[in-house]
This record gives sequence, C-alpha cells and structure tokens, in this order.
Amino acid sequence: MFGYTVEEVGNIMVMQGFSGLSLFSVLLLMALGLAIIFGQMGVINMAHGEFMTVGAYTTVFLSKLAVEYDIVKSYFVFAIIAAFIIAFVLGYLIEYMMIRHLYKRPLDTLLATWGLSLVMQQVFRSTFGAKEVSAELPEWLLGSFQPTEGIDIPINGVFVMALALIVTVSVYLYMFRSRGGLRVRATMQNRVMAGAVGINTKQVDRVTFALGCGIAGVAGAAFTTIASTGPTTGSLYIVDSFMVVVFGGAASLMGTIASAFGIAQAQSILQFFMTSSMGKVATLMTIVIILMMRPEGLFAAKVRK
Amino acid sequence: MRNLNQYCKLTKGFAGLPIACAIAGLMTMSQVFAGDFPTAAVNTTGLAVTDSTVKVGILHSATGTMAISETGSIQAEKLAIAQINELGGILGRKIEVIQEDGASDWPTFAEKSKKLLENDKVAAVFGCWTSASRKAALPVFEKDNGLLFYPTFYEGLEQSKNVFYTGQEATQQILAGLDWIAKEKKAKTYYLIGSDYIWPRTSMKIARKHIEQHLGGKVVGEEYIALGDTQFGSVINKIKLKKPDVIYAAVVGGSNVAWFKQLNAAGLNAKKQTMLTISVTEDEVLGIGGENLEGFYSAMKYFQSLKNVNNDKFVAEFKKAYGEASVIGDVTQAAYLGPWLWKAAVERAGSFDVDKAVVALPGYELTSAPEGYVKVDPNHHLLSKLRIGKWLKNGQAEVVYESGLLQPDPFPKGYQ
Repeated sequence: MFGYTVEEVGNIMVMQGFSGLSLFSVLLLMALGLAIIFGQMGVINMAHGEFMTVGAYTTVFLSKLAVEYDIVKSYFVFAIIAAFIIAFVLGYLIEYMMIRHLYKRPLDTLLATWGLSLVMQQVFRSTFGAKEVSAELPEWLLGSFQPTEGIDIPINGVFVMALALIVTVSVYLYMFRSRGGLRVRATMQNRVMAGAVGINTKQVDRVTFALGCGIAGVAGAAFTTIASTGPTTGSLYIVDSFMVVVFGGAASLMGTIASAFGIAQAQSILQFFMTSSMGKVATLMTIVIILMMRPEGLFAAKVRK
Repeated sequence: MRNLNQYCKLTKGFAGLPIACAIAGLMTMSQVFAGDFPTAAVNTTGLAVTDSTVKVGILHSATGTMAISETGSIQAEKLAIAQINELGGILGRKIEVIQEDGASDWPTFAEKSKKLLENDKVAAVFGCWTSASRKAALPVFEKDNGLLFYPTFYEGLEQSKNVFYTGQEATQQILAGLDWIAKEKKAKTYYLIGSDYIWPRTSMKIARKHIEQHLGGKVVGEEYIALGDTQFGSVINKIKLKKPDVIYAAVVGGSNVAWFKQLNAAGLNAKKQTMLTISVTEDEVLGIGGENLEGFYSAMKYFQSLKNVNNDKFVAEFKKAYGEASVIGDVTQAAYLGPWLWKAAVERAGSFDVDKAVVALPGYELTSAPEGYVKVDPNHHLLSKLRIGKWLKNGQAEVVYESGLLQPDPFPKGYQ
C-alpha cells in the first residue's frame, strides 16, 4: 500500500488511533473546568488558561523541591493535588473580589476576566521570570511503552488520559450524584427559587467557580508533561477550551465530552492526511459550519423559552 | 606603559594573569578624554550627546509573549554598555540607556522607535527581535536616519543602510549545517518542520533548494505548525511512517517545548532519530528540558560552552551580573556584540553622526567577541562561523563541528 508494508500501516493506525484519543483527553481536561464556569454559571472566563498556568507553575515549583528532597519518583501525584488546591483557593478569592459583582452582566465578565488574565500573566513573569521553565519529571512518566516492535505508546499520553477519566468521573459524580451538585444545578436553573428553599446561592457560586478553577489547575499540572510552562502558556489553551465548550453546547457536560471527542478525532485524522496547519483550518471550518446549523452547539439544553 | 609591562613580566606564569594584563593594557591605551573630541565636532546632527554623556536606546519586549526570548538580549546589551562605561565610555562620554518596551506588539516597536529617535535623539538603538518587529521599525529608522543594531538570526532578504545585523542571516545558519549533517550522517532523506510564519518558511525554502540541488538528497515531508499549537501526535506519526534520515526543525515558542516532549514520549529520541534544529538555543533548553534534547543537534554560531578566552570572561561576567543559574543563548551573545560594534564605528569615524559611523564600520574586525573573530561585511552583516552543538542532558551543548568564516549573503542567488 503506497510503498509501505501492511505491518507498518497497521502500526501507524494504532498509534494514530492513540494520538486521537490522547488529543481527546487533552481537550477534555482543558475544557472541563470551563464547562462548569462558562457552561453552568455563564461567566465568560478569559483567565481560564491562566488558572492552568497556576497549576503548571505549582508543579514546576514542587518539582524543584522534590529534587532537593530526592522524592522525584512520587511527587507528581502531590503536585496535582496541590495544583488543584491552589487554583481552587485563588478562584475562590477572585470570585469574591471580582466575579460576584458581574453575574448580572455576563458580557462584562469577558472584559474583566481578560484584564485579569493579563494581570496574572505579568505576575507570573515578574515572579518566575519571562523564560520558560520545565518541571523535573519522574522517570516513569517519560518515554514510551512498546507493546510490539514498531508501536510506541507515549506514557505521558496514557497518564493524561487516565487523569482526564478520573476528573471527568469525579465531576460527573459531584454534579449529578451529590447534594452539592444538586445545589449547583438548582442555583443555575433558578437562582431565586433556589434561594427560597434555603440554598446559600452566594456560597454555591463561590464554590462552583473555585471548582472550575481547581480543575483548570489540575489540567495545567498534567500538561507540564506534554507542553511548555511559561507566563503566557495559558493563552495557548484558551481558544481550544472555548471551542470545545461552545461546540458541545455550553450548558451540557455530555456535550463537552462529545465535542472534545469529535474535534480531537477530526483534527487528528485531518492533520495526518493534510498538512498540520491545513488540518487545523479544516477542523475549524467544520465547526463553524456545524455551529451555523446548530447555534446552540451539539447538545442543546432542552429548556422552554 | 613600561611599568605595566614589568608588572606583566613579573606575574608571568600565573594562569589568567596575562589576560588581566592584556585587559589592563587595553584600558590604559583606550583611555580617551572628551576634551579631545569637542561635542560640536562629534555631533553635527543634533543627537543627544553632551560633553560627558551620550544617549542610546534599548528597544525590546520586556512584557508579552516575546519577553521569553528578548530578556536575554536586554541583559547582554546592558552588560556590554556597563563594560564600555567602565573602560571610559565612547570618545570620553559615558553611555546613558533609555529603555523602551516593545511589549511584543509590532506597531509599538515603530512608535517607540519614533520616540527614541525623534524625542530622545539617541545616537544608536539596540533592539528588535522578531522579523515582524524589525520590519515595523525599519521605515522609522530609515526616515529619521537612525542606527539600529539587530541581534537575531533571521531569514535574510534585507539590507538597510540604517541597520547592522549582528546575528546570522539564513544561508549562514542553514547551508553549512546541512552540509555537515549530509556528510557526517550520510543523510539522504529529510523531513522539514517549522512554525508557520516567515522565518521558518523562508529558511525551509533555502534548505529544500540546498538539499535537492547541492546535496543530492530528498525532502520527504515539509510541515508547518500553527504558532502556539501544542499537539504533535499526527505529525509525529507521519514522520514515523516516512522514516527520514534527518528531521530539520525550526519550531518556535511554546510549540517548541511540546514538540520535543512529545517526540521523546513517542519513542523518537536521539538514539533512533537524527535531528538538526535551527531554533533551539540554551534559552529554549530551559523550557524543553535537557533530557528531551539529549543527543539532538543545533546549528548556531554561538554556544555557551565555547572554549576561548573571550567567552570564558563573557560567561563569568554575565553570570556575575545576572545570577549563576542564567544561561546564554546564540542571540544573547549576538546582542552583546551590538554596543561593542557601535563603539568601534563611532571611534573609527571620530563622530557620533550616523552617516559617518555607518560608513566607518564595514571592514572592522572584532577580536573580543565571545564567539571568536568576526568581521563586519559591507552588506552590514557579520562574517562569522557556524557551529553544530550536540545537546547534553545538563542543558549545555557540546560543539562537534565548527565551519570556517562564512560570508553573509542576505540575497542568496538560486535560493529564492
């Protein structure tokens, strides 16, 4: 087939399938936090990428400590938890100081959070320096796993995939199977009524926003294994994050998952058969066309208008 | 002078001291006094030159995405200026720096150039990094007859009376490197990959012509990645299918880090794959991590690990000024040359006037450059050598090849 042996083509198809799944988990991890903040709360959080950067810098910082105390093998799990906690707390504070004043003006959240993202970028730059840094990764996260000769499965890809699965399941359980999630959904659907039945809606807002930020932090920590950490790293992710959430239908978590899967597969396959930048263009074109036909996204919430 | 010579004779035998003597000697000889050069004579065009000072501008991005790269250049230029001032300045005048921030925004570079040239009347500007910022600032420099020292290796196809290019133009960086890899690794097939903008595209065009017409090789793939893209899964699989002898890479920014990390994770490390890149310096290694680069090659004119007297001194003083952990990349070194070349131009001309300095500089041989001997060509670029560095795990490169002096050729015939 085109001068390649059947085995070669088979190997490439396996690896290509994996790279599609890997891209899917990256997009999903990127978009989950935003799906909660933008999808559920309606806050257009342009600083989403910067919360990911917070997670990434947390990991880098801890990796330096890990090297000092010689615990490089195991620190990464703690780094992810720490990234969640720090991004969560930061999100909580920012909700309190800024976002809560803007719930009635969703478009202004766009401008305010964009400003916030610029401020955060400059804070990173002043604190950690303008240059990119890299986390010291444990050996078990590096390299590839070879089931047969000719097939390489990236271990960091498997790791991101597993993490995406854990985070998605946790978010699902929290949102749909817990009292806390019930309160969140009640508040988002009808704030006044939720308040009337005794839900502290302000508290719910704060925790929900912080949760979204915390998940962004986890994503940022995980992405230190596959991409860069620098003051402007967040801006690499923001467009893709919004694309996934909007394409999926903003209010639906299932939509986010389906959309991440669709975009990842389309992009992965198109980039294989076309050039990389043309593959991206073709994916975006498809999304634009589908959104023109279905402005609410793939999974529109069924609400009475 | 005699006393100094005696002192040097006395201390012979102690390593390092002869250098100190040489420097001390230079200092004594180059001691000039402003009084010998009356301001009215050395400045006939209304530049910011007084009896004791001269103003210059530094124009780089200290904020925004490009701050990653440009910070090193700012540091190097300031270090050179401080050293020149310590030696007594230029024509007896201390250099005062006015620093402006281009903020990674190209129109801002034009605006700040205008401010530096028209309001501050600076005698020279050290600045710009990306080609886009240079192209934005260039019309201002040409209109106001300013003088710009530009440090980055770039795609060529430009030559201006008002600019000196202290980095390499494309052919200097590309041709010798490809020759080396073709000979050394017996490479026949090449996969070209770069970020999607002018510098990688122009560079790859030159590389492809050279591979096909002069090396008898074959380009089996040419790929451009959107700036900021961080997902390389499909591209890496394509490379695995084509199995090129050499990957020739010019990926930049955040994509660069992702590219190397994912390449390694996909099992394509230096043991299985030869790669020559023209976009990785010591600065980039900080982000990529030495373990992801180990064994790959970079083609640059300068590496921090170069062994020569000038470089030992430069590295020591750079680290003294900016911390032990700081690293020096190719462009940082090229930026360091700017102020020294300008000093030479002004002293040869005996004047700060741009028109006089510009004609005085070509032909000048700078022997104190950390990269070694360089010479200014009449086309305003530098004759310099190309080196191939093999990356080590600790983030430094081992220089495995050094070319002869390469003639700059910003408009290469047969490559366009």
